[in-house]
Amino acid sequence: MHHIRNFSIIAHIDHGKSTLADRLIQSSGLVSDRDFHNQLLDSMDLEQERGITIKSQTIALPYTGSDGQEYVLNLIDTPGHVDFSYEVSRALASCEGVLLLVDAAQGVEAQTLANLYAAMEHDLTIIPVINKIDLPAADIERVKEEIDAELGLDSDEALLCSAKDGIGIEEVFEAVIERLPPPIGDVAAPLQALIFDANYDQFRGTVVSCRVFNGSLRAGDTIRFMSNQATYRVEEVGVFQPKLEKRQVLSAGEVGYIIAGIKTVSDTRVGDTITLDDNPAAKVVGDFKEPKSMVFSSVYPIAADDYPGLVDALEKYKLNDAALNYQKDSSAALGQGFRCGFLGLLHLEIVQERMEREHNQAIIMTAPSVQYKFILKDGSELTIENPQYYPDPMAIETAFEPYVRINIIIPERYMGAVMKLCTDRRGSNSRFNYPSPKRIEINFDMPLAEIIYDFYDRLKSITQGYGSFDYEYMDHRPGDLVKIEIMVNHEKVDALSFISHRENARPRALQYCERLKEEIPRQMFKIIIQGSIGGSVIARSTINPFRKDVTAKCYGGDISRKRKLLEKQKKGKDRMKMVGNVQIPQKAFVAILKSEKD
Amino acid sequence: MIDSWLEALCCELDLYREQFPRFETVYLGGGTPSLLSDQQLGSLMEYVRRSVSILDGAECTIEVNPDDVSREKAGLLRDLGFNRLSIGVQSFNDRLLSLLQRRHTALQACEAVAHAATAGFDSISLDLMFGLPGQDWEAELAQAVAFQPGHLSCYQLTIKPGTPFHALQQSGELEIASEETLVQLFMLTDSILDDAGYAHYEVSNFTRGIEYEACHNSRYWQHLPYLGLGPSAHSFDGHTRWWNTASLPEYCQSLAKGSPVVGRETLTAEQLRLERLMLGMRTQRGIAREDVSADAAVLERLESAGLVVVHDARVVPTARGMLFADRLPLVLE
Repeated sequence: MHHIRNFSIIAHIDHGKSTLADRLIQSSGLVSDRDFHNQLLDSMDLEQERGITIKSQTIALPYTGSDGQEYVLNLIDTPGHVDFSYEVSRALASCEGVLLLVDAAQGVEAQTLANLYAAMEHDLTIIPVINKIDLPAADIERVKEEIDAELGLDSDEALLCSAKDGIGIEEVFEAVIERLPPPIGDVAAPLQALIFDANYDQFRGTVVSCRVFNGSLRAGDTIRFMSNQATYRVEEVGVFQPKLEKRQVLSAGEVGYIIAGIKTVSDTRVGDTITLDDNPAAKVVGDFKEPKSMVFSSVYPIAADDYPGLVDALEKYKLNDAALNYQKDSSAALGQGFRCGFLGLLHLEIVQERMEREHNQAIIMTAPSVQYKFILKDGSELTIENPQYYPDPMAIETAFEPYVRINIIIPERYMGAVMKLCTDRRGSNSRFNYPSPKRIEINFDMPLAEIIYDFYDRLKSITQGYGSFDYEYMDHRPGDLVKIEIMVNHEKVDALSFISHRENARPRALQYCERLKEEIPRQMFKIIIQGSIGGSVIARSTINPFRKDVTAKCYGGDISRKRKLLEKQKKGKDRMKMVGNVQIPQKAFVAILKSEKD
Repeated sequence: MIDSWLEALCCELDLYREQFPRFETVYLGGGTPSLLSDQQLGSLMEYVRRSVSILDGAECTIEVNPDDVSREKAGLLRDLGFNRLSIGVQSFNDRLLSLLQRRHTALQACEAVAHAATAGFDSISLDLMFGLPGQDWEAELAQAVAFQPGHLSCYQLTIKPGTPFHALQQSGELEIASEETLVQLFMLTDSILDDAGYAHYEVSNFTRGIEYEACHNSRYWQHLPYLGLGPSAHSFDGHTRWWNTASLPEYCQSLAKGSPVVGRETLTAEQLRLERLMLGMRTQRGIAREDVSADAAVLERLESAGLVVVHDARVVPTARGMLFADRLPLVLE
């Protein structure tokens, strides 16, 4: 155990986390240069495009220290978005320390701070690392001052490196060995292993990533998940290098994988504790939380006859995403589909994109909603996640909407703008903290519904990317709610209806009608879009028909070009949904997300 | 340059002697063939007649600029066997002609028409443009009709991105008619010319009788084979379409050693159908009902909107329907 170190790299976005991880992997000699695919840890296309980590991966790096001793350094990757904060916390709980990466030109930024707090919450040893020292704009002295003043860390301990150019990598390895404490645990105690990730492998089934805190585990053991008492027989244990590398045993202090005939990722829970069935531990590791769907949206195939394809794609997708929940749903306008629950908006977007890219499903997702609760006049209670099932307003005694506590850390200069955004979005009960001289931490209680309408984008825009944002569910609170129906050419489109606070109903309905006007292409006839509450119209926009669509000349040399254009338009048409006689493009259904414009 | 182009053109014709032995129409245009010297024109036409067979009574058209048509030139063109003259009048207004950067004047345009008639061309077509800034289109159209040409092409001003006009339009110096005005002008043209006895047989083309219809252009619209020679020219044999390099030097060089063809596509049945649909919605012939996959309800809706009429198992666009010639194929498809 003395030769094990478990650590994560944490950083503000673009400060070089993936590049440093790559460099460490490369320097350890685990992967040959020829096989080396840049930014190995972010292996999904989508992750590489967005530069964020969605599914974390872990790797055990062999390293011979300058003391001549052989070490195993477990680098545990963490997902980098607010929707996955619980997953991040479980990954950090599996570490003894972190490398806190700071860009030598950018200096300390919002997320650097938020990450530091997260690491401190888990009592981790923190090694500050100043990266990108090769940049012409690098200002190491200034960054050191910021590390002292804003992070309250000792900048003399900061390492200097350029992950891109491979400068200072040895020093990083040595610091991990010298400064981070080795794990402590009792190999003889009953097994306690914390699940911090799970992935589906089409040949091996579910591969569970875990950190063993006490005891040991080997193939043939029967394990028990402490959250639901489910038991499995272990087929194989091993470590990530980065391919699965079989081992005889995983013992206290180690990080590795378990394969145990677990059918889907959904049968496992990140944060759960694994113990042995015949010698169970008395306690779990840390606190376990069931993943909670916060945002709901319905998914429909664009072509109704693609429904079986959608069923198949969702089942396959779900194998690898425990956080996605879904059940059958149907809409008068869109036909058969599914109501899905997501951790947050990013999660929703990821599912949408991966369904399209990896499962080749052209889908429509309806405007996201949150979960509302009602006490009806007859005393019964009702919970809905889909505006379609909004009860008769006359029957409602009290309506409740979910509230979250939001936490925002920003440089002081943005305080005014952020306060306004929060109060505009019905934030209340504000509290402030000053974690460091130039930073302010703001807390608000806010309806979750306000956050799903482009709140994060707005925050990023008004703070020029310097705002870090996090939220946590609090409770459901009474709210004066209304359901807004959207009608296209006087035909109600159930999939476009949404629930709003009464105060915001009119402006939001107007914004939505305007957004739809931008998203729905002009057609040969006039299109009227209306928003109404209980039959009375509160918002309206009109899409004027085009009056003509003709090219003046078409002779021998024009025909191929015009046909090709027609073929292209025809394809575009396949991606539209006919509602009545109006073609509505896919993206119009989530247009409400982009309700506000700068 | 012109000589080597002519030489290349003759070489190219030779390549197709067997594939295209007989022609029902000949069209010399796309550019300004009237720029050719009398001698050049003469030897080109002689070569064409020697190489391939041109049917008796074939329509032989040449495109001309008004300032190139003298009394003598008109006579020569007649003598060379041209029986149809397409005159690029564009406008009868000097201000608009200079705006369009045309070399000729309104007077020259009138003279050209007169010379053509005197030389014995009974099939004359005038090209006109509408939607120009400050244009009195009705008056210009009346002036054109007064010549009683057999055929009129009335093109809506179209400004393509990347052209000087586009830059002027973007900077606000050139104000072209609004979409609404263009629609009115299009419908006005249809009704004025209808009153004057012209049939609106294609989006931009009008004829005073079936005998004056542009047989050559109609081949494009009816999906019949055609052979195009010269840079950028497209050809079609009913299934395959191919086209030449757009560069004149490349065109000339390639013919010295082989073929100037740079692109070729063989159309699938579905592609042929789409083309028929697209072309059909531009002409009075319309399209066979069997080529349309839209159901009866869609057709009824378009009929009641006055965009198409369905008769004799064909779907035919009305004048208003022709305004949506680029859109209707998508609806009917």
